[in-house]
Order: sequence, then C-alpha cells, then structure tokens
Amino acid sequence: MYVTPARRAKKAVETVIKGILIASSTVAILTTVGIVASLLFEALRFFGEIPMTDFLFGVEWSPQTAIRADQVGASGSFGAVPLFAGTLLISAIALLVATPVGLFAAIYLAEYAHVSVRNWVKPILEILAGIPTVVYGFFAALVVAPWLRGTGEAVGLDVSSESALAAGLVMGIMITPLISSLSDDVINAVPQAMRDGSFGLGATKSETIRNVVLPAALPGIMGGLLLAASRAIGETMIVVMAAGLAANLTANPLQAVTTVTVQIVTLLTGDQEFDSAKTLAAFALGLMLFVTTLVLNVIALHIVKKYREQYD
Amino acid sequence: MTDSISKSERIQAGLAKRYRAEKRFRLYGIVAIAIAVSFLAVMLTAIGVRGIGAFQQTHVALTVTFDEQHIQDNDWQGIVKAAMRETFPDVGNRRDKRVLYKLMSSGAGFDLQNMYREDPSLAGQVRTIWLPSSDDIDMLMKGAIDRNAPEDDRRVTDQEIVWVDQWLANDAIELKFNTRLFTSGDSREPELAGILGAFMGSLLSLSICFLLSFPLGIMTAVYLEEFAPKNRWTDLIEVNINNLAAVPSIVFGLLGLAVFLNFFMLPRSAPVVGGMVLALMTLPTIIIAARAALRAVPPSIREAAYGMGASQVQTVLHHVLPLAMPGMLTGTIIGMAQALGESAPLLMIGMVAFIVDIPASFVDPATALPVQIYLWADSPERAFSERTAAAIIVLVGFLIVMNLVAVILRRRFEQRW
Repeated sequence: MYVTPARRAKKAVETVIKGILIASSTVAILTTVGIVASLLFEALRFFGEIPMTDFLFGVEWSPQTAIRADQVGASGSFGAVPLFAGTLLISAIALLVATPVGLFAAIYLAEYAHVSVRNWVKPILEILAGIPTVVYGFFAALVVAPWLRGTGEAVGLDVSSESALAAGLVMGIMITPLISSLSDDVINAVPQAMRDGSFGLGATKSETIRNVVLPAALPGIMGGLLLAASRAIGETMIVVMAAGLAANLTANPLQAVTTVTVQIVTLLTGDQEFDSAKTLAAFALGLMLFVTTLVLNVIALHIVKKYREQYD
Repeated sequence: MTDSISKSERIQAGLAKRYRAEKRFRLYGIVAIAIAVSFLAVMLTAIGVRGIGAFQQTHVALTVTFDEQHIQDNDWQGIVKAAMRETFPDVGNRRDKRVLYKLMSSGAGFDLQNMYREDPSLAGQVRTIWLPSSDDIDMLMKGAIDRNAPEDDRRVTDQEIVWVDQWLANDAIELKFNTRLFTSGDSREPELAGILGAFMGSLLSLSICFLLSFPLGIMTAVYLEEFAPKNRWTDLIEVNINNLAAVPSIVFGLLGLAVFLNFFMLPRSAPVVGGMVLALMTLPTIIIAARAALRAVPPSIREAAYGMGASQVQTVLHHVLPLAMPGMLTGTIIGMAQALGESAPLLMIGMVAFIVDIPASFVDPATALPVQIYLWADSPERAFSERTAAAIIVLVGFLIVMNLVAVILRRRFEQRW
C-alpha cells in the first residue's frame, strides 16, 4: 500500500543527496573565485589611485600616508621593487640551504639508508614540516639572528640584527622536508631496472645515482623545487618576526630587507582606516603574491604529474 | 696484450678514486640528514630551555592583614603595601617605599580580592599568603638577571637584592608552579599573563573550522571519487583543489578580510571568522586525504553492494564511507593540526589584538595560541620571552598529541585488502 512505484522515495532522496554533494564540491571553486575577485577588486581600486607602473617599477617604498589630510607628505610612495627584491633574496637563501640538504637527504634515504634508519629519519623530517612557522620565526629572531650578529662581529662583519640571512637560513630548514619528501617520491619512482643496467656496466652506486637516477628524476625534482620556492615566497611568520620593515634595495644578505608578506601584515594590522591607498596596497601586493605562487604551482604540478605518468 | 694489461691497470688506478667519490657522496647524504636533525634538536632544546622556567613563578610569603578600611576602599593593593611596610619596617622615605612596593606584582591585590570574595569572613584577619612577585624579581630568582653585573646594567637595584636576600634567609620567597599561565588571559605584566584566552580562541576557531571543513571536505571527496563523471568540470575542480592547497596562507587571510569582514560585515577579531578562514585553508588538505582514503577501499566492496541490489548512494553511505572513515579522520586531524599552528591569516582578520578577557562565545574578540606567541615574542621584557617559549611548548605539545592520535588511528584501523 505504501510502497508504490509512484513514491520513489529512494530516488528523490538520492537526487537530493547528490545535489548536496555537487554543491559542496563547488565550495573549492568558490574559494578560488572569492580570492581572485577580492584581490582583483581591491587591487584595481588601488591602481586607480596609484598608477600600476609606479607600483611595479618604482624603487621607493614608504607607504606611511598621513593620518590627517593637512599633514605634510600626505602621500606615500608605493614602488614595490624593493619588496620583490627582498622576497627574492630571502627565498633564494632559503632555496640555497634547502636544495642541497633536502636533495642529499632524499638521495641517502632512498638509495643508501637501511630501512630502520629510514623509519627513524622520515618521521623526524615530518616533525620539521609540522612545526608551526611562528615557532621558526621565534627561533630565527631570538637565537639565529643574534648568533649571526655575534659571529659577524667576531670576524669584523657588520650584520644587521634583522638580516636576510637569518630569515633565509631558518626558512631553508623549514622547506627542507618539502623538497626531501617530494624528491624521495620521484627517486623511488625511477624503475629499478635502470639502476640494475647501470650496475651491470660496472658503475658504482654514486655514479649510478648521478648519471642515471638523478637525470631520470630531474623533472620531478624540479617540480618539487618550484613548489618549495612558492612556499618560500608566500611564507609569512618567519619573515614578519625575523626580517626587517624598512624597504632596502640591496643584494647583501647581511642587511635587513623586507618582503611582500611582511608589508601586507604591516599594512593591515594596527589602526588604520579602510579604503586608504595604504590598505589597498596590501591587496595589490596580495595579488602579486597570489599570481606568482599560482604560476609556480601550476608549472610544478604539471611537471610532477607528467613525470609520474612516464614510468607507470 | 700489453695494451690490455695497461688498461686494467688504469682501471685499477681509477678504482680507488671512484671508491673515494662513492664514500664522499654517501657522506653528503649523512651530513644533510645530520644538519636537518640537529637543527630540529637545537631549536627544540633552545625553546625548551628558555620556556621551562615560565612554568614556575616566584611567590613571596607575605603576612597580610585584611583590614576593614582597605576592603571598604576596595584598595587591595593597599593591603599588600601595608604588609610590605611591616615586613621591612626600616624603609623610611617615600622613594624607597615606592621601590619596595614594586617587588610585588600588581596582581597580588587581585589574589587577595578573590580570596576575600570566596571567604568574606577573612575581614579583619591576619594571614600568611604566598603572593606573586614582580617579573623582575622573578627573573632575578631564576638567575636570568646577573647579580654580579654593575647596578646600572641590570633591572634590579642593589637595594632590591638586599630585600630579596632577606626573604631568602627567612624562606619567604620561593618558586611555585605558575597556575596563572594556564588560568588567565593576556596581560601587560608578564607575571600576570596567561595563555587561557588564546587557547580558548584557538579552541573556538578550530571547532568552527572542523564543523565546516570536515563535512564539506568529505562530501567533496565522495562526490569527486564516487559520483563525478570524468569531464572538464570535475577536472577543473581537481586542478583547483590542488592549487588551493599550495596558495600561501596569508592570501586566505586577505580573502577573509575582503569577503567576511568588509563585504558580509562580520565582527573583527571573532573566532567565527577565524574558523571560517581556517576552514577554507584546511579544506584542500582534508579533501586530498579523504580521496586517498576512498581510493583505498577496493572496488570489490562496491561491486558486492551493487550485486545485492544497493543503489550507488546506499553503497557509498553503508559500505564505502565507513571503511574509509579512519583514513578520513586521520587526514582531518592532520588538517586541524595545521590550522592550530597557523597564524598569518588570523593576523589579517584582526585576531591579533591585546585581549585580556577570555572569549566565551564565537563572536567575542579573541586571539589564537600561535598569534599570542607572535605577540609575546615582540615584547621586550625578558619574562615575556620566557612565556613565549612556554606557550610554544604548550602549542607543540598539542600538535604532537594530535599527530600521535592520527598515527594511532591509522595503525589501529589500517586495513590491507
């Protein structure tokens, strides 16, 4: 009596459930749309006040706009080149530290290490990856920076207490696990037959790794490095705590530089009125950051994916 | 013949060099791992050594009189001051007295007030009570201030050291467990500052984050793995999720600021907004982990369900999802641990203010544990640097527990098909 073909309760319920599932999967899309829309919208308002070329190519950054309209020097200058340079400098130092350490650690773990060593070292590297960046920042600011300063003094170098080197070194250790785990994956994906062929020709293990395994794994490793670079560029807390605020255009790692993320935080925390060029500038910087990391990520994911299919 | 001998000799000669190269190469790997591991060890030790002291706080045994006059005036610090005058009766002039009063924390009066509120019969009585000292005396007791340094170089004067020594001689000054660290909110005075406010902020934000990201993440994963047709749209969603996972966290903060605060006019500094931003940030992590868990369920389970006449939804809800749940939970816990350690997006939405009150609801202004660490790390006082490290110990402790739970869950329910 109750179960008739016309009721089809199951079908109706299942259609609703599927609808909910589809709706929830669009949240991820909406997030991206929200990010792009909010960054673009605010950045365009910023570029309405400050010409885009001034922002992209200007070399002077002093966003301190006046609080009252009648103050002298009411308009700040928004040349973002020193920020880009500072970000690149710190990220480059980080990659210079993380690439050899991460890569050699991955090679050792994948090719040499005994299973028991691997079982110990891998979780330790994961701990390194799981520590909040604010902890790295604290360590960089309170231990590494003073230590570098002291060492610099001892050898007669003038090291700033907010040197790019301190932030870069600590950031390098932070992204090491990322590089090592991604490299580990691609090295393990290289077929054993290729190694056996090399051994059969009389090559030692290191020769095999250098001449056979690494060239074969290179695209995947490059993808990992790009992902690490995007991580370094977008990293915030370490540089907020350990890098400087003043925008210096320098390539000297012993001096203080500032980065895009540091400036976003400085512009948006503390008392301010919204809608001023100062706060809008943060969104313009955020847009640059988003676009840069997105390009790096897309290329990296593409390389990693393409490479993975090669040997499957 | 001679030629081949010389060839094998040449190979022999080269071998030693090649073996050395082999050893060197191997050494590079060991050095790399040693660098990473020793950095971790140094960092954790440095923070541990700095922070361990903050779990104790210097207390002084003062004989205080709850006299009616002070109680009526609500001048609780006055009671402390009177007790100090009694302890050191020979301190005469006003300037010395003011220095004397500074030995005790300005929060000592609150302690007396709380005691009186709990037990009004204290009025008029004399009691010996352990009260917190000021942060400088605390640092002196912990050895962070060098007694032998010239007087101008340290924050404690010779006179203060004499008073402290007098207490020491009477066993009236002692390091006691610092309960305040766990029971109070932020404060300008290091000896009164605690992490409870920040902890509650984190807890409230994380619960919002969990309530949003867990169901959303799992539903998305189920859709993509079990239902979605392979077409452009689902490809787009997939690429999109992978990219979102690598977007810098501060960008999510900008999104929260522009959309949640400026467009939807939600309150600044509120855990509800923080939770929403963190949810968007952890969503990709949870989706990726949940999809892996779903993929690990063998197709034979699904086929058996279909064979029994179950519909697709029934198959997923009754069979696939329960089997994939441990893996999904593991991924979710790891995502939550990430969210707990995240501070950059919270800075953008104003959860970085100086907040004394402990947040009680989702819209109260609050901060979060990592943000509190960031705030304290900026304070110049030595005692705050100690508390920063202590807060890090607590935070890392929570992260370790969460990750351990994830590992145990994985071990306990892991199924090999």
